[in-house]
Amino acid sequence: MGELVASGFNCVTAPAEKSLFTKPCSLSSIECCTVSFSVPKKCQKAREHFGTVRTQLESLKTKFPADQYYRFHEHWRFVLQRLVFLAAFVVYLESETLVTREAVAEILGIEADRERGFHLDIEDYLSGVLTLASELARLAVNSVTAGDYSRPLRISTFINELDSGFRLLNLKNDSLRKRYDGLKYDVKKIEEVVYDLSIRGLNKEATVGAGGEK
Amino acid sequence: MSGKEGSGGFRKRKHDNFSHGQRREEKENVNPSSALMTSFKSFQLELDTRHDKYERLVKLSRDITIESKRTIFLLHRFTSAPNGEEILNESEVKLDAVRRKIKQVAQELIGEDMYQFHRAISPGLQEYVEAVSFQYFIRTRSLISVEEINKQLIFTAEDREETTNMTSNSHDKQPHTWSLKVTPVDYLLGVADLTGELMRLCISSVGNGDIDTPFELSQFLRQIYDGFTFIGNTGPYEVSKKLYTLKQSLAKVENACYTLKVRGSEIPKHMLADVFSTKTELIDQEEGLS
Repeated sequence: MGELVASGFNCVTAPAEKSLFTKPCSLSSIECCTVSFSVPKKCQKAREHFGTVRTQLESLKTKFPADQYYRFHEHWRFVLQRLVFLAAFVVYLESETLVTREAVAEILGIEADRERGFHLDIEDYLSGVLTLASELARLAVNSVTAGDYSRPLRISTFINELDSGFRLLNLKNDSLRKRYDGLKYDVKKIEEVVYDLSIRGLNKEATVGAGGEK
Repeated sequence: MSGKEGSGGFRKRKHDNFSHGQRREEKENVNPSSALMTSFKSFQLELDTRHDKYERLVKLSRDITIESKRTIFLLHRFTSAPNGEEILNESEVKLDAVRRKIKQVAQELIGEDMYQFHRAISPGLQEYVEAVSFQYFIRTRSLISVEEINKQLIFTAEDREETTNMTSNSHDKQPHTWSLKVTPVDYLLGVADLTGELMRLCISSVGNGDIDTPFELSQFLRQIYDGFTFIGNTGPYEVSKKLYTLKQSLAKVENACYTLKVRGSEIPKHMLADVFSTKTELIDQEEGLS
């Protein structure tokens, strides 16, 4: 019976994943034209895709008893983490802040805490946020290539705050811990970009607006 | 020359401006009361609570495993000797102690999703199933059902009252009885382990001069084996893994029965024990390897 239910899930999550795989394309094109004004437009489009995700998650909810979430958790964990990342990425591009757990839950049309049904597990949320960190490290590199010298500085501040946040957590030796161990390389990468910019004086013009004084 | 100077300046600047200056500054820039930091503080609390509960359950599960193993060893001492009834009673006392532990597990899981912490308690539950079904087999020569096991894991209100009095919780808020259900998979895995114990029981009962039990056991094991083959690969991965060991146990018991039939008529009864005592060692060695 477990297998039967599992294969049912796969059918449901497959289209969701399909729309996932189309979405990173539209998002990563944002990176190519970071200075371009089209960022809000792309975010808007991505948010429309989340509508599809919401309906599909809605149908997933009906495929199993509500109180057995963790029995089948493994089947949708990966997809859910990826969705958290995408939602967090959209919110970051729009407002340069970290999306809250409640906000992600709302974007995906699910609950924030366990009591009320299909919810977002805290570890999945944190995993998605860590994926965002490595994506931002990439974005820092690519925005320099595209001539946007101020964005890496803002990303650096953001990542540093995120890093301090994660350092508050006492993680167990599990997959989340492994993902967290990768965060320091993202921090390092971004610091290198900021360093490259500052020794060439390229951040001067940029930091006038961003609040630096060097 | 000038190039050299330039690179020297470079290095100095890196040292002063970046590695120390800017980094320190940025670390201080992190405001400990910002929205991000406050939410991470609440995450810390939530994760710690969850991990603590998980650790407590792992500890309980370890205790359950140990006590169940001891019960099984105790039951192995059961032979149709005069003190048989005594040993059964003693095992019942031990199992009661195990059930008290399971009650603690059930208390930890009140209001939680059992499957969230399933991995913490699963080994203990399997061992408990093994012990309980072994005792049940010795008593009734049949297989305990999963419903029967779950029936013993319903804890009533009067047991609970003492605990609630201690913690002085509200009485009527929680249900009067609460239970822990052994999942079908835990049950299956426990029963698969049981067959290993039955194989040992078979060999040692021959050692004690009991010639009927091996045949009975080979019948019983064959039925269980048939049952497992019905499930086959539709079950979870762990079950199909156990199927191989189960087949080995069955083969050992069948071989023992064969030897009994063929040589039993030739060898005088008092020497049978010697024939099998060497066989037992062999099997134990094999078991140690696998």
